[in-house]
Amino acid sequence: MAPRQNASVSSRGKAAGKSAGKDFANGTIVEFDREEDLKAYREMLLIRRFEEKAGQLYGMGFIGGFCHLYIGQEAVVVGMQMALKQGDQVITGYRDHGHMLATGMSARGVMAELTGRQGGYSRGKGGSMHMFSKEKNFYGGHGIVGAQVSLGTGLAFANSYRGNDNVSLAYFGDGAANQGQVYESFNMAALWKLPCIYIIENNRYAMGTSVARASAGVDFSQRGAAIGIPGYQVDGMDVRAVKAAGDEAVAHCREGKGPVILEMQTYRYRGHSMSDPAKYRSKDEVQKMRSEHDPIEQVKVRLLEKGWATEDELKAIDKDVRDIVADSADFAQNDPEPDVSELYTDILL
Amino acid sequence: MPIEILMPALSPTMEEGTLSKWLKKEGDTVASGDVIAEIETDKATMEVEAVDEGTIGKILIEAGTENVKVNTAIAVLLQDGESADAAADAKPAAPKADADTPTAAANDAGGKAREASDEPTAKADSKVPAAPKVDVAADPDIPAGTEMVSTTVREALRDAMAEEMRRDGDVFIMGEEVAEYQGAYKITQGLLQEFGARRVVDTPITEHGFAGVGVGAAMAGLKPIVEFMTFNFAMQAIDQIINSAAKTLYMSGGQMGAPIVFRGPNGAAARVGAQHSQDYAAWYSHIPGLKVIAPYTAADAKGLLKAAIRDPNPIIFLENEILYGQSFDVPKMDDFVLPIGKARIHKTGKDVTIVSFGIGMTYALKAIAELEKDGIDVELIDLRTIRPMDLPTVIESVKKTGRLVTVEEGYPQSSVGTEIATRVMQQAFDYLDAPILTIAGKDVPMPYAANLEKLALPNVGEVVEAVKTVCYK
Repeated sequence: MAPRQNASVSSRGKAAGKSAGKDFANGTIVEFDREEDLKAYREMLLIRRFEEKAGQLYGMGFIGGFCHLYIGQEAVVVGMQMALKQGDQVITGYRDHGHMLATGMSARGVMAELTGRQGGYSRGKGGSMHMFSKEKNFYGGHGIVGAQVSLGTGLAFANSYRGNDNVSLAYFGDGAANQGQVYESFNMAALWKLPCIYIIENNRYAMGTSVARASAGVDFSQRGAAIGIPGYQVDGMDVRAVKAAGDEAVAHCREGKGPVILEMQTYRYRGHSMSDPAKYRSKDEVQKMRSEHDPIEQVKVRLLEKGWATEDELKAIDKDVRDIVADSADFAQNDPEPDVSELYTDILL
Repeated sequence: MPIEILMPALSPTMEEGTLSKWLKKEGDTVASGDVIAEIETDKATMEVEAVDEGTIGKILIEAGTENVKVNTAIAVLLQDGESADAAADAKPAAPKADADTPTAAANDAGGKAREASDEPTAKADSKVPAAPKVDVAADPDIPAGTEMVSTTVREALRDAMAEEMRRDGDVFIMGEEVAEYQGAYKITQGLLQEFGARRVVDTPITEHGFAGVGVGAAMAGLKPIVEFMTFNFAMQAIDQIINSAAKTLYMSGGQMGAPIVFRGPNGAAARVGAQHSQDYAAWYSHIPGLKVIAPYTAADAKGLLKAAIRDPNPIIFLENEILYGQSFDVPKMDDFVLPIGKARIHKTGKDVTIVSFGIGMTYALKAIAELEKDGIDVELIDLRTIRPMDLPTVIESVKKTGRLVTVEEGYPQSSVGTEIATRVMQQAFDYLDAPILTIAGKDVPMPYAANLEKLALPNVGEVVEAVKTVCYK
């Protein structure tokens, strides 16, 4: 992967479905074929509908505590996942439901964990921010901002130690990008050429603080520049741009060239958590992103324009996804709470 | 079937709110994500978004209504082709919890939405399951005729790591100066030469970062030994130790944990001042999900470090700089491994029990020599493992002696000694013939001046005095 040639931030002023490609930092866009677009559409829609349902169940009191929805950011995790192979690891922070679904974890298991039931991935003991799947190489769900960056670097260390060619994806936000241990990790990863892709999901707000109010330098892709980590800004609302960047970054890591930083420029439609009234941004800003840059609409428009799917076919996908989500919600509301004996299990092996 | 839109809870504690404004009226179509109403909670005004698509068939709660309970139906959403008349047949968008019979609903549905009545009651508390009892095996028998080799604690620790690294290729050590420098305190001497730079990894000075890297590697199945040059610096890393290493097994429902050893010198050395002189035994012993070991002898250091490296849990292994150079007999055996969680009776006695660990043992042993002159026969227990704590061994001893003194260098409040005192008082009150006394460091940051430093640490005289006091002599 060549050093960053093009510093242009992806423009968001264009019509949905057309904004992405040429703004990708490398100036390239790899068009999806029909299968890829259909897959991306379905995966992103699953996350969208799942999160809407989670929000609803939260409102009804079935989900407690904190609940951070991924709505708006779906293209990031779906595009990156399309660049991975078996054995690659994923780790993220607390806005994690989308990552779980994208890695192939079951909607039932995730939703039941959100409601704190025994069928949840952590048998009800983790909650929204703490789910894991050894089988799917998903290493959590972490509630301490930035902690997953060091942990993800450790996953990459393990790949390097074992001499395999797997890569570790450490996702974090523009807020976490100001934590000290992020830079400690960058340094070690660069020093030891660890196969780690740092994916900064820049959704413009760390809770209620805009990037401009928290960061002296807002080009997050260059946060590793001083220690030679290549970094790229990517239109995180365009799943094709994400996958193209992911493909290059993954190849870079697999070749043993060390870590890469990908700044995904994205946007969350909902508040930071369910109890966020989102007074720090205008309704117009949110509405503009939704109507002009929605990651799912972009794919939908493309599928229809290219004649790769009919309205009816897309409706069938939508129904299928809704059925999966409805089933997960039913399961999550009716599954029993964990047995009281679970209080004292899984503390020590 | 029409769908009821329910009054949502918008924070973990919200029970009711004011429906301040409708942004849609009857007959309007809505798509998922559309804002349909605004709700005022005690904290803020929040927007209610539609989840399902349809047409607002009927508004059930007028704008301006106060104290609308969470989960009250506020409107009816009609699906394609449904008429407003059908609104009466609406069903909730998801099964609604029955607020009148919370316990029945909770039992039937296996728990549900939060309710004020979910507050624990005395009756419910009594149903909390007891913590499981853990049986710990006794120390292995050392065959008669086994050669005993005088070994420093430093050598014993190095030998333990080298043996385990030979045994298991997943074991590696990382930390500051562990490789080229051969260890800041020479604990890793020779390891780089034997195992190479892949398995003996010098890190930058970046405790928070490399502790997290170690935990991540452990979550991926490796078995890291993370050396802190001293545990004082682990304060930079304590979030990764507690929030990541100690809690992951629980938070993952047993799917993955962190088989990792954090080790290094702990406590006061000599004249290194407040920031480099602190005993963390009590700190880490507070945390479920950790095991905490603090050996005194070289044999215990070796046998317990080997056990710690093999243990699938995160372990805090507290060493002491002053003890590194002291020599003890270590049995020459192929594989000398000791049980974690088992105290060792260092000396039997009948009059009074002293419990200590690590460097605290040095004060206790000197005090015992003094007390013998006065005819007081002390039983000395070396705790060896702080967590899980071997209380049965302590209580058995107290049943015999009726008197207990604890000795440690850490701060006095919430110390290991106060924990032992509390539990012995609760579990063996009737056997006590005197109040338990706890000897600890003074309640001050460590001073630099030699005379003040000496005063800040426990001393042999204090231990002697405490033993005499509980013996009423």
